[in-house]
Amino acid sequence: MEEKLTLFKNRKRFGIEKNIDIIFKNTALVLSSLVAIILLGIILVVFFQSFESFSRYGLKFLVTSEWNPVKDEYGAFTAIYGTLVTSFLSLLITIPLGVGTAIFITEDFVPKVFREIIGSFVELLAAIPSVVLGLWAIFVMEPFFKAFFVFLHNFFGWIPLFSTEPTSRNSLLAILILVVMLLPIVTSIARDSLNQVPKKLRNAAYGIGASRWKTIFSVILPAALSGIMAGVLLALGRAMGETMAVTMIIGNSNAFSWSLLSPGYTISSMLANQFGEADGSQVSSLFYAAFVLMILSLVVNIFAQWLVKKFSLKY
Amino acid sequence: MNSLYYQKRLLRNIGDKFFTSLSVICVLIAILPLIFLVTYILIKGGSQITPELFTLEPNPPGDDLDAGGINPALIGTLIITSIASIIAIPVGVGGGIYLAEYSKGGAFSRFIRFGVNVLAGVPSIIAGVFIYALIVSTKILFGSMYSGLAGGMALSILMLPTVIKTTDEGLKLVPNELRYASLGVGASMYTTILKVTLPSAFRSIATGVVLGIARAAGETAPLIFTALFSYYYITGFGDLFYEMGSLAVLIYNFALEPYDAQNKLAWAASFILVLSILSVNIFSRILAAFTEKTKRV
Repeated sequence: MEEKLTLFKNRKRFGIEKNIDIIFKNTALVLSSLVAIILLGIILVVFFQSFESFSRYGLKFLVTSEWNPVKDEYGAFTAIYGTLVTSFLSLLITIPLGVGTAIFITEDFVPKVFREIIGSFVELLAAIPSVVLGLWAIFVMEPFFKAFFVFLHNFFGWIPLFSTEPTSRNSLLAILILVVMLLPIVTSIARDSLNQVPKKLRNAAYGIGASRWKTIFSVILPAALSGIMAGVLLALGRAMGETMAVTMIIGNSNAFSWSLLSPGYTISSMLANQFGEADGSQVSSLFYAAFVLMILSLVVNIFAQWLVKKFSLKY
Repeated sequence: MNSLYYQKRLLRNIGDKFFTSLSVICVLIAILPLIFLVTYILIKGGSQITPELFTLEPNPPGDDLDAGGINPALIGTLIITSIASIIAIPVGVGGGIYLAEYSKGGAFSRFIRFGVNVLAGVPSIIAGVFIYALIVSTKILFGSMYSGLAGGMALSILMLPTVIKTTDEGLKLVPNELRYASLGVGASMYTTILKVTLPSAFRSIATGVVLGIARAAGETAPLIFTALFSYYYITGFGDLFYEMGSLAVLIYNFALEPYDAQNKLAWAASFILVLSILSVNIFSRILAAFTEKTKRV
């Protein structure tokens, strides 16, 4: 009887062990809330730093393109326009290429070994730092495309997008390097969502006599669409926030031009260029531009997440 | 009878051929620049590698033909990336443990998981802007402005989501039976996590973390106005509080110089950066594939 009682007594943990357990749990809790704190901190800090500029220019900042530290006049239209144009146009080129590549990898055109090699090669390229891509763009892409740009201007100069003489660094080069950068992202996400389409759907389509590409276009792609869309949106977010490669090749000029063959600006390249040596109200205006960039990428990202959640469990 | 054989000229078969070749063209257009890129970096950068590269300071850009080496930048990248890992790994692993082991899928954990995804999508330059406002411009670190420490903090913000995600997902893959067994023999929650679940998820977490570190090592945007750049050797602990060079910023600065010697240095630095990032990636992939195979057996 005595022995049994002590056994029951020992069933309870020692106080110190209990405390360690509680401390461990709460530390983990604090560490995980740190993510939320940092995220909120970023939004608040950037917002408050931009407050001076925000109260002075208001929303006019978004539509004027004067950027003059001497006269203390700031407007970020050129940079915002540049950000949107480079990211959307690069995405427009990337989507067919990336999805086409993903289809090639998921279908059985060539033996599996080759497809896996292509797939992992594309994925590895996502790991190459953007500053190295920028270096490559300056020394390889720029001379390579020079003649092509002259050709574009000569034959399609009547289109506003190609209306100026090509300069050595311009928005179109930035778009092209963004394509190289986004391809791995779009390809690997599209491949994953194509792979997740159940085999039954394909077999059913083949069974009622659909050809291979009929199956791809009417069954497989629609089924994988939400995943592909989410990947595309993530890539869009990346393209808008991408700094180094674009800064190195876009030419960094705040003069607004419709032409893609003239130097341009994006918000992130403006930040990279001017943040180091800015002072006074220029800093505040740069923070304002940073805030705009952050809102843009937050909206795109949140929309992507919503899309994934809403459509991911369909099959 | 004829309809049972493959007919070349049928519209559907022509269409199939057409789209198949279209996708082959897509692959070629996608793959060729990437192959050119890699070979160009390896050849052009590899040809610049000399022993002095690893020991000398870079010379300030100018007319002198000798560009020097990249020693301070190399060491700087190692230091800044280590600072980022020292901050991000404990925080990220701890946060991941909470999400995977303690949270019950309620509003809080959903919010944090959402926050992790959003933070992963924040442009890297914004992390630099944030640290600039918080640490550089306030001189909160003992009066120093631009410093390697600030650069490491900016990078840690970028690493954090990766670490949390891989920890969370790695722990979720651990079968619940292990937890029940451990708790069943009377272990407390923290012993279970530290001695059972965390070790069994160690490989997948480590792979993800290493990939995150490799990614951070190549980041430039957060460093250009937090750690800035330095031409001088890193001599002691105190240098943490001063401007610090890194390979990525060196490539950025020297690529834009008009001098050939500096450009060559940029190629050499990118060769080293790309080679180390790619080998880390390939190695961890092989490791992951290997463990997957052994698990199935």
